[in-house]
Amino acid sequence: MIRYMIGRVTSLCLSLVVASLVIFTVVEIVPGDPAAYMLGVNARPDTIAALRTELGLDLPTVQRYFAWISGLVQGDFGISYTYRTPVAQMVADRIAVSLPLALLALAITVAIAFPAGIYAASHRGRAGDLGVMGATQLGIAVPNFWFAMILVLIFAIKLRWVSAGGFPGWNAGVLKGLTALILPAIALALPQAAILTRVMRSSLLDMLNEDFIRTARAKGLSKRQALWRHAVRNALIPVLTIIGLQFSFLLAGGIVIEQVFFLPGMGRLIFQAISSRDLIVVESVVMLLVASVIGVNFAVDLAYAAVDPRLRTRS
Amino acid sequence: MVFVSGALISFFWTPYNIETLAIPQRLQTPTAAHWLGTDQLGRDIVSMIMMGARTSIAVALLAVGIGIGLGVPLGLIAAARRGSMLDEAIMRGNDLIFAFPSLVIAILITAVFGAGATNAIIAIGIFNIPVFARVTRGAALSFWSRDFILAARVAGKSPARISIEHILPNIANLLIVQSTIQFSLGILAEAALSYIGLGAQPPTASWGRMLADAQTLASIAPHVALVPGLAIVFTVLGLNLMGDGLRDLLDPRIRVART
Repeated sequence: MIRYMIGRVTSLCLSLVVASLVIFTVVEIVPGDPAAYMLGVNARPDTIAALRTELGLDLPTVQRYFAWISGLVQGDFGISYTYRTPVAQMVADRIAVSLPLALLALAITVAIAFPAGIYAASHRGRAGDLGVMGATQLGIAVPNFWFAMILVLIFAIKLRWVSAGGFPGWNAGVLKGLTALILPAIALALPQAAILTRVMRSSLLDMLNEDFIRTARAKGLSKRQALWRHAVRNALIPVLTIIGLQFSFLLAGGIVIEQVFFLPGMGRLIFQAISSRDLIVVESVVMLLVASVIGVNFAVDLAYAAVDPRLRTRS
Repeated sequence: MVFVSGALISFFWTPYNIETLAIPQRLQTPTAAHWLGTDQLGRDIVSMIMMGARTSIAVALLAVGIGIGLGVPLGLIAAARRGSMLDEAIMRGNDLIFAFPSLVIAILITAVFGAGATNAIIAIGIFNIPVFARVTRGAALSFWSRDFILAARVAGKSPARISIEHILPNIANLLIVQSTIQFSLGILAEAALSYIGLGAQPPTASWGRMLADAQTLASIAPHVALVPGLAIVFTVLGLNLMGDGLRDLLDPRIRVART
C-alpha cells in the first residue's frame, strides 16, 4: 500500500507540475507582448512599459514561473489587472456558486442513474430495459447547453416556475439560491446521468452472472433479495469510480452551463477574464480548475485502491 | 446521413445564400418558401443548417484525423516496444492528457490563440490523441504474441514493418469504431465551443453559434433554437448508433454470439 501511495503521489505531483508548465507556456507564447495584449491596440508604449514592470514581465521567464507557482501554493493568485482586486478573493466568491452547482448536479445524476440502472439490469432484454437504454442514448446525444435552453423555455418562460437565469446570492436565503441552481444542475446532470445509468447497468449485469449470486439464490434468497443484498453492493465499486470522475467533469463542465444561465461562477469568471484580456486571472483560474480535477482523480484512485486490494498489488 | 449529404450539397447549392440578409423576413415560422423558417437576420434556416453541418463535420473529422494521425503511430510504437522506457513514457504522457479537463484546456487554447475553427480543431484533436494511442496499444499488444507475428519476425521483418503490414490491418476495425465515437464527441465539443463564441466565427455558419444567437429569441421564435439543437442530437445519435452497429458487425465474437 505504501509503494502504491508513493507512486500515486509522485504521479499527482508530476501531473500538477506538467499542467502548470503547459498553462504557463500557453499564456507565455501569446503572440506578442502580454502587456500590449492586455491593454489593446491603442495603448501608449510608456503605459505598456509600466504594466510590464507591474506584472514583473521584465523578469526572466524561469523566475516568473517560480514566482507564479510559489504564489499559487501560498494562496496568492495575483492581482486582477481589470478589477484591481486579489484573484483569490474573486475565485472564493465564484466557488460559492460553482461548487454547490456541481454537487447538486452530482446528486441529481446519482438519483436518476441508480434506480434507472438497477431497473434496467434487473429487467434485462425486456421492454423496460430497452426503454431505459434508448433514453440513455438520447441523453448522451443531447448537448447540455441546448437542453438548458429548452428547460428555460419551458420552466422559466412558459410556466414561470423559476427565473431564467442569474443568481440572487446565498445571502438572499439558501432556498432562493438552490432554486436558481436547480435548472442549471438538471441540464448539467442529464448527459452524466445517461452515462452513469449505462455503467450501473453493465456493472450490475456482470455481478448477476457471478457465482456468489448463484450461491445466494441456492441458499434460498429470492431474486430480489440476491439483487439488493449482494449484486448491487458489489456493483457499486466501479460505479463509484465513475462518479468521482464525473464530479471533476461537472466542476469543469459547468463553464458552458453558467453561460446559459448567467451564473456568476468560475466559468463566467474565465470568460470575463478572456474578454477583458486579463491573463493573470485566466492563468490562475484555469490552473485551479485543472488542479481540482487532477486532485479529485487522485482521491478516486486512492479510494478505489482502498476498496479493491487487487489494484494495490498490481502496481 | 441526411446531415452529411446536406453538408456535401452545401458546397455547390443551398436553397438561399446565407450571406444575404433579409431583415424584413426575419424570424418567420416554417413556410413553403423557408421549410424551417428564418433566423433573426432573415436567413433561411435550412441553408444555415446545411452550412453548419459542413463546419461541424469538418471540425470533428479533422480533430479525429489529428487523433488517428498521431495517436495510432504512438500506440503502435508503444506496443512494438512494450515494457521499454519509451512505452512507459508514451503511456504516462497519455495519462497526463487524460487528467486535464478537456473543455478548460480547449477554452484556454482558443482564448489565447484566438477563436476560430482551426484552433477548435487543434483543441479537440489534442484530446483524441491519447484515446487512439491507448486503443491502438491495447489491441496491438494482443497480436504481438500471436503465431503469425512470430512468423513475420522469424522472416526478418522489422518491428516497424510488422506494425504496418500485419498489426494495423488487424486492428483497423476497432479504430473505425473508435473513430465514429470520437467523431460524435467532436461534434458535441465543436457545438459547445461555438456556442460560447470560441469556435467558428461569423459569417461561417455553425450549429453552436446558431444556438447562441437563438438564446435570447427562444421565447418569441422557439423554432430558431429548436432546429440547430435537433440537428446536433440527430447527428450525434446517428453516429453513436452507427458506432454500435459497426462494432457488432466488425467484431466476430459478437457476430458469433448472435447466431
